[in-house]
Amino acid sequence: MLINKNELAGFLDQLMSRYQVFAPVKEADYTNFKQISSGTEATLDYSNTKIPPKGILFPQTEKLFSYSCGTEGAQVQECIDQQKKVVFGIRPCDAKSLVLLDNVFNNDKYQDPYYLTRRENTILVGLGCNRPAGTCFCTSLGGGPFDTTGLDALLVDTGDKYVVEILTERGRELFSGTTLPEAGEADRAAAAAVKETATVSCTVNLDGVKAKLDTDFYDPIWDGLHEKCLGCAVCTYTCPTCHCFDIVDDAVDANGCRVRNWDACMFPLFTLHGSGHNPRPTGKERFRQRVMHKFKYFVDNYNVMACVGCGRCIKNCPVNLDIRAILAEIQGSEARLDK
Amino acid sequence: MPELAGAIQEAARKLLEEKKVDVVIGFAPGTLPLRSTPCFVHRPEDAAGLTWNRSCENNLANYLRKRTDKVAVVAKGCDSRSIIELIKENQINRENLVIIGVPCAGMIDRKKVDRRLAGKELLAAEESGDSIVLKGDGFTETIPVNELLHDSCLSCRHPNPALYDLLVGELLPEKGGDDFADVAAFEAKAPAERRAILTEEFSRCIRCYACRQACPMCYCEECFVDCSTPQWIGKSSDARDNMLFQAVRVLHSAGRCADCGACERACPMGLSLRNLTRKMVKDVQELFGYEAGANLEDKPALADFKAEDPQPFLIEE
Ligand code: SF4
Ligand code: SF4
Ligand code: SF4
Ligand code: SF4
Repeated sequence: MLINKNELAGFLDQLMSRYQVFAPVKEADYTNFKQISSGTEATLDYSNTKIPPKGILFPQTEKLFSYSCGTEGAQVQECIDQQKKVVFGIRPCDAKSLVLLDNVFNNDKYQDPYYLTRRENTILVGLGCNRPAGTCFCTSLGGGPFDTTGLDALLVDTGDKYVVEILTERGRELFSGTTLPEAGEADRAAAAAVKETATVSCTVNLDGVKAKLDTDFYDPIWDGLHEKCLGCAVCTYTCPTCHCFDIVDDAVDANGCRVRNWDACMFPLFTLHGSGHNPRPTGKERFRQRVMHKFKYFVDNYNVMACVGCGRCIKNCPVNLDIRAILAEIQGSEARLDK
Repeated sequence: MPELAGAIQEAARKLLEEKKVDVVIGFAPGTLPLRSTPCFVHRPEDAAGLTWNRSCENNLANYLRKRTDKVAVVAKGCDSRSIIELIKENQINRENLVIIGVPCAGMIDRKKVDRRLAGKELLAAEESGDSIVLKGDGFTETIPVNELLHDSCLSCRHPNPALYDLLVGELLPEKGGDDFADVAAFEAKAPAERRAILTEEFSRCIRCYACRQACPMCYCEECFVDCSTPQWIGKSSDARDNMLFQAVRVLHSAGRCADCGACERACPMGLSLRNLTRKMVKDVQELFGYEAGANLEDKPALADFKAEDPQPFLIEE
């Protein structure tokens, strides 16, 4: 199938009659995924959104349920979002990040109905990366500019059109009700050629990183790595795989709602106990936690690293604390493997 | 500016060799074009890793509070003004601090660079006299530095360090007073319009607190946004709460904010935070004649009282 670029807006308009459509939209100096109300709002001419699309399934601020106390007693109303959604033009790394998040929200111990209901109702239409950015290192983490992990369909930009590759039954369902032309031999060849030429120039050597992190929690390397870190939430909130949250009540008297908000391991409040004790009292322990969670604990739990190499933390950190440099230091460190 | 970098390396090496300090905090080359990164040098042989150029934008005063070791810091004009305020607030022990002052010709705003490149990716950049040469896949653009400097650098009146122990490079000519034309223009708008602008702006805030963390003057043991009993502000990201957070943050820096722009530089969402901080700077100057960081002698505005201080909120005139 094919979408001519000048017919893209009309195509998205068609989808909107059946789904909530989320697409990259220009906002200030960047793009972000937003629910669109007209196909013309979408711009697929983007490198990577400022904020990852994880928020469509796991919003930064999410009302779980509301409650009220009246004369008839307590009333609780759960807020499960069952709307059918399409995320249109998601990058392969971001799609892969959702597959990683599935481990967290759907496992032997927990099934999160808020996330899972959205996930089941959401179709992911990917957009391959013809020109990966200098900060992209997806191939080092098993992804790639045209990787289809997690996607229901993939678009390949061949100049004035997108060649559509259907990947799943859900993808087929999405495109079946539309009137798109079929891709010809030449279009398919053009798509294959684009895939050939796209190169990810940045690589990160992860060999042995997990083994080093396994050995010495108290390695002196942690004394220095965090020194310049400010302890903000830029790297975690812009990371597509970070998923820690905090639950609060937003209420006046006995009426209100329970809300789930993104949280960040880099904040002092993150592990502060009610007693006042904090097991991660300084930036050193917090920074170590961020690295450990991504490159050790997630691997211990789910057998995969919690990074897709999107480069957002690199581009956005206010002090240029580059995760690639941190991984290189750990990798090359003297961290003892014999302990 | 390789001469300045060389002089900084030399000064740092000497201070460490002679054991005058335990650590030198300066800048090292970063991992992205037009990006230097804060750097902590503990050994004399590592001093060669220090650099100086137009991308040393972070305010290093932020790393100096409550340290118990002996520290040397590379300080441009704004860093030094924050250091002065922190000394007055007893956050820095002057005896343990060596200030390597560097006159600053302005730092580059990568957001302005990105705007000029309109989506093209910057892969390399070079300083060439008063211009910056930007390079990427299939393009080279030469742009005058002035068009790429941070707004805070364009309006900065004090490029020279206001306090230093060693000076690297030559002092630059001081500039005249600040006319606060930007603040006046915003003040001139109708309240509803100001509200609309701020609401739009702060609907994009993600409450990452990078602004707070990057500000050398934001150091409360417990920030009011982190309190839970009582809870002063909603924890969720919501335009009104985001605005309240910023308004309180800015008010808390009254008479202390040196207009360094570190908060705005750190904000990943590109919000114009100086629109608010400069209003405060202007008001403190106009009402109390105090300029944060100008010198060590003036008593901080919040610690001083003069009979002639305007107090229209207390006494009907
Ligand atoms: S690494 Fe950078 S973005 Fe992350 S908390 Fe530290 S300063 Fe903020
Ligand atoms: S750790 Fe950084 S590069 Fe990896 S997925 Fe998160 S934001 Fe992207
Ligand atoms: S409020 Fe902003 S401009 Fe003022 S001192 Fe703090 S970081 Fe600098
Ligand atoms: S740095 Fe920007 S986005 Fe983050 S909390 Fe401050 S104003 Fe909001």
